[in-house]
Amino acid sequence: MENVIELQNVNKAFKGFELKDLSISVKKGFVTGFIGGNGVGKSTTIKLILNLLQPDSGDVSVFGLNYKKHEKEIKQRIGFVFDHNVFYEHITLSDMKKIIKPAYKNWDDGIFHQYVNLFELPLKKSIKTFSKGMMMKASLAFALSHRAELIIMDEPTSGLDPIFRRELLDILHDIMQDGEKTIFFSTHITTDLDRIADYITFIHNGQHIFTKEHYKIEEDYAIVKGETNLLDRDTEQEFIGIRKSNHGFEALTTNKQRTANLFGDMVILEKPTLEDIMLYTKKGNDNYVKSYS
Amino acid sequence: MQIIISNTSKEPIYEQIYVQIKKHILTNELQAGEALPSMRQLAKDLDISVITTKRAYEELEKNGFIFSIVGKGSFVSEQNNEMILERKRKVIEEQLLSAIQNSKEIGVELEELLELLTMLYKEDT
Repeated sequence: MENVIELQNVNKAFKGFELKDLSISVKKGFVTGFIGGNGVGKSTTIKLILNLLQPDSGDVSVFGLNYKKHEKEIKQRIGFVFDHNVFYEHITLSDMKKIIKPAYKNWDDGIFHQYVNLFELPLKKSIKTFSKGMMMKASLAFALSHRAELIIMDEPTSGLDPIFRRELLDILHDIMQDGEKTIFFSTHITTDLDRIADYITFIHNGQHIFTKEHYKIEEDYAIVKGETNLLDRDTEQEFIGIRKSNHGFEALTTNKQRTANLFGDMVILEKPTLEDIMLYTKKGNDNYVKSYS
Repeated sequence: MQIIISNTSKEPIYEQIYVQIKKHILTNELQAGEALPSMRQLAKDLDISVITTKRAYEELEKNGFIFSIVGKGSFVSEQNNEMILERKRKVIEEQLLSAIQNSKEIGVELEELLELLTMLYKEDT
């Protein structure tokens, strides 16, 4: 399968934070959800993909092209949607269009108006009167009107009400129908991913933890619950981020089958949510990264 | 075609889709040659990811229930009853074999096993 985005051994250091040897690929025709806690490097990664930041070392390629030679071509084919307003506030949507349109070779007024109608956006009102949901829709309309093949979104659903989030997911489902487009988006609202994401990419502390098919996660991972007397120095090695109380323990396993074989009926295995995985990984922290690789 | 997905079920979603489409095919509700919705359409309708419907279709194809034509979509295969029965028999054989192995491990005799089987068989009606 073709990769639309490829990061190879990317390093990027800031004061007090670094992306370490990050290798990520995003598959064409699918939706990849990008998860991780606050400050683990999600936005930095997205900026690297958009060439708003350059890696200290390693390669970033989009559509199989690198930014050094093909920056213009790549940017023609990407649409990005940020969680904050990137438009001029005091002008109208129709004026904003006049500014953006000449930048894109494949701009299509027909598509733009189609989405403006669909999203019920006012063309003649100044953008500063827009709600967060409308801003999001406007941003998406611009991305779609230049026939972007890759749509990158940073926290698109945060701060939106549940009804609008559903609407947005429906729109994304529609966009994906022809199988030619690719969506890469970061989010904190992991339940949205259950409805749309084909692949999940998870990073923690600047490191890539995994990229997996969505259904594969519940095949590999499980929340384990059992009596605390099952834990000793050896068995604790099997788990990540163990939470002990007077009444028992809870932990995450990355190898459900192995845990089932090892403990049998002595433990309960439950389907983990993406939130569980994020939480226990943070708890287990360094120990996790080691046991995973 | 009705497909009902439970988000609280222990069964993975692709498995739920697989089982339900298979049932529609075996009961002839979906007939040979009939087109299935595209993976992407079904994903949209069920509000789930494409990779999930893809996995379900792959399993259906692997087990001979449907076939795909590139660019055209997926269709219900001609069902060969003989083949289905044969396949089922094979599964039963395998399951019995593992029951026998388990019995031997803990010294359950054939007679006892037969009794158990008879009891369970009669119970499950």
